[in-house]
Amino acid sequence: MKSTMARLALISAAALVAGAALAQDKSVKLGNLNDMSSLYADVGGPGSTIAAQLAIEDSGLVAKGWKIDVVGGDHQNKPDVGSNITRQWYDVDNVDVILDTPNSGVALAVNQITKDKNKVFLNSGAASSDLTGKACTPNTVHWTYDTYALANTTGKAIVKNGGDSWYFLTADYAFGHALERDTEAVVLANGGKVNGKVRHPLNTADFSSFLLQAQSSKAKVIGLANAGGDTTNAIKQASEFGITSGGQKLAALLLFSSDVHALGLNVAQGLTFTESFYWDQNDATRAFSKRFQARNKNGQPPTMVQAGTYAAVLHYLKAMEALGANPRDGAKVVAKMKEMPTDDPLFGKGSIRADGRKIHPVYLFEVKKPSESKYAFDYYKQVAMVPADEAFRPLAQSECPLVKK
Amino acid sequence: MLDLIGISSQALFGQLLLGLINGSFYALLSLGLAVIFGMLNIVNFAHGALYMTGAFCAWFMLNGLGINYWFALVLAPLVVGAFGVLIDRLMLQRLAGLDHLYGLLLTFGLALIIQGLFQNQFGSSGLPYAIPPQLTGGQHLGFMFLPNYRAWVIVFSLVVCLATWFAIEKTRLGAYLRAATENPAMVRAFGINVPLMVTLTYGFGVALAALAGVLAAPINQVRPQMGADFIIVVFAVVVIGGMGSIMGSIVTGFMLGLIEGLTKVFYPEASNTVVFVIMAIVLLIKPNGLFGRAT
Repeated sequence: MKSTMARLALISAAALVAGAALAQDKSVKLGNLNDMSSLYADVGGPGSTIAAQLAIEDSGLVAKGWKIDVVGGDHQNKPDVGSNITRQWYDVDNVDVILDTPNSGVALAVNQITKDKNKVFLNSGAASSDLTGKACTPNTVHWTYDTYALANTTGKAIVKNGGDSWYFLTADYAFGHALERDTEAVVLANGGKVNGKVRHPLNTADFSSFLLQAQSSKAKVIGLANAGGDTTNAIKQASEFGITSGGQKLAALLLFSSDVHALGLNVAQGLTFTESFYWDQNDATRAFSKRFQARNKNGQPPTMVQAGTYAAVLHYLKAMEALGANPRDGAKVVAKMKEMPTDDPLFGKGSIRADGRKIHPVYLFEVKKPSESKYAFDYYKQVAMVPADEAFRPLAQSECPLVKK
Repeated sequence: MLDLIGISSQALFGQLLLGLINGSFYALLSLGLAVIFGMLNIVNFAHGALYMTGAFCAWFMLNGLGINYWFALVLAPLVVGAFGVLIDRLMLQRLAGLDHLYGLLLTFGLALIIQGLFQNQFGSSGLPYAIPPQLTGGQHLGFMFLPNYRAWVIVFSLVVCLATWFAIEKTRLGAYLRAATENPAMVRAFGINVPLMVTLTYGFGVALAALAGVLAAPINQVRPQMGADFIIVVFAVVVIGGMGSIMGSIVTGFMLGLIEGLTKVFYPEASNTVVFVIMAIVLLIKPNGLFGRAT
């Protein structure tokens, strides 16, 4: 009897200690895995670390006794480098969540490792709709945009305005292929046709050869299924080779505010493209941008990718707070994130679907003429808004095994 | 006949011409490398960074000082060349007589530092530089639309390349230079200031890189990575042409531009790698390069 009592006391004491230890696990480590120095570095890059830090400050968790750190890593646009950093972070450095990760090739690799290690992947920068399609996992949330939304918005708008024959200039890796595939589907579904396509290596300086091929295809629209420096070089050289003045229209299928800044309004004016965030949309986005710019080395406002990193981290930390402590169980955290409706100053109210797709409205923007731009970074005017439930791939068409049909 | 392989002769001419344009950049950059290697025995890995510095110099002259493209074409190479002289005097000369590897590591480190500084200041996506108003527009050649600026690039870089070749191979100054590489002590005995000559040669090679940078500014974005992306290809060009061979680097530069242009038509996915495939083949067959002398 006595020994039973003692044993009970011991067990309850042990449970208390364990419980206390669990309750005290209020530390979180975030890793911003990014292109830190090459063609996508201004799109996400070090700016995404700033965005994550702002989200940590706005979450108010540090004041409540949480310890939250952000580290950064450069994947150099190479899936093998990205995978190595990911494993090192997860296995050695106790990183709980990987952020942003532009470059779909790298993102798909991180996506798989994150699932295997049961961590969390909050992607903002990669575009491939496969992340929430056939490659979806219970550990990944794809926040900002994807190739389906881009194709469905820009592609549809251009075909409906008479741009019914297309030629694609495609970056030759996972992202370009996905964007080309999704756009082609939209073009064909809306009665257009595709005259041809050419695939260029990532990070190409000279597009003249590809542009010449596009020109001789006689297509009405040249679809640029690339991003960052590749897109800006292609647009700049298309204007040099008289392609736009010759009557062909350029469709920048993915363009960021940093690209427009790099091109200058003289070259970029009139381009229509899709984004889910623009710094100058409302008071809340302007207030955030002001704080962001003060810390950003080159003084530029946030891109939609950086904004998405902020909003994703904010929501992730809300879920953490709701869980009370870090469960060290990625799938559990993501399940909580999906359960809670999202609400942040940059993307408004929204939700995360079963396939990991975050949904919110997306916008069709047009680049202003130099004469219309009144102040620094005054670049876009909104042409159309696509509501959240129409912008992204319907769940009914999803190839994601997590979606119950 | 050409139609049989799925491309019209018109399109082919266009692509060949574009290849020549890219080739002229390869030629200008590899020429600078060849001059520096030939005279100083230094593998100048900072070449790409200095090319980028030339482009930024032109951008800064236009936007900060109001100096237009034409003056920048002269001034930017002078400024960057002077910087090159400084690099040689302060650093490279201390490595004279040591293994190639030391110069290579030093210049590689310099390249990283210079790029890092620019990136920190300007970000990675770069800055726009407009084509000078005298060269906007273009000509319809029947088989393609050739922007005036690109035509200018071909002509100008050809003139610069040939002038450099002439100066080194056919003039008295060039003869001194070549003699100083073979036997510096002997040339000094004739009362010629060899260290000064070597320094100026480095400065000249660097100025060539900066000149290519100014030429490239209106075509590409002016961005910190522009040299790093380019320089590896240019090194392959130098290896194919033969280290230190002046004419070799010019001819190989234009030739590889053409080959790359053709690859972009027939198998665009390989256009980034074709130069390296050729390099591997040349190294197997002629280890000293197409124009190199056996040592």
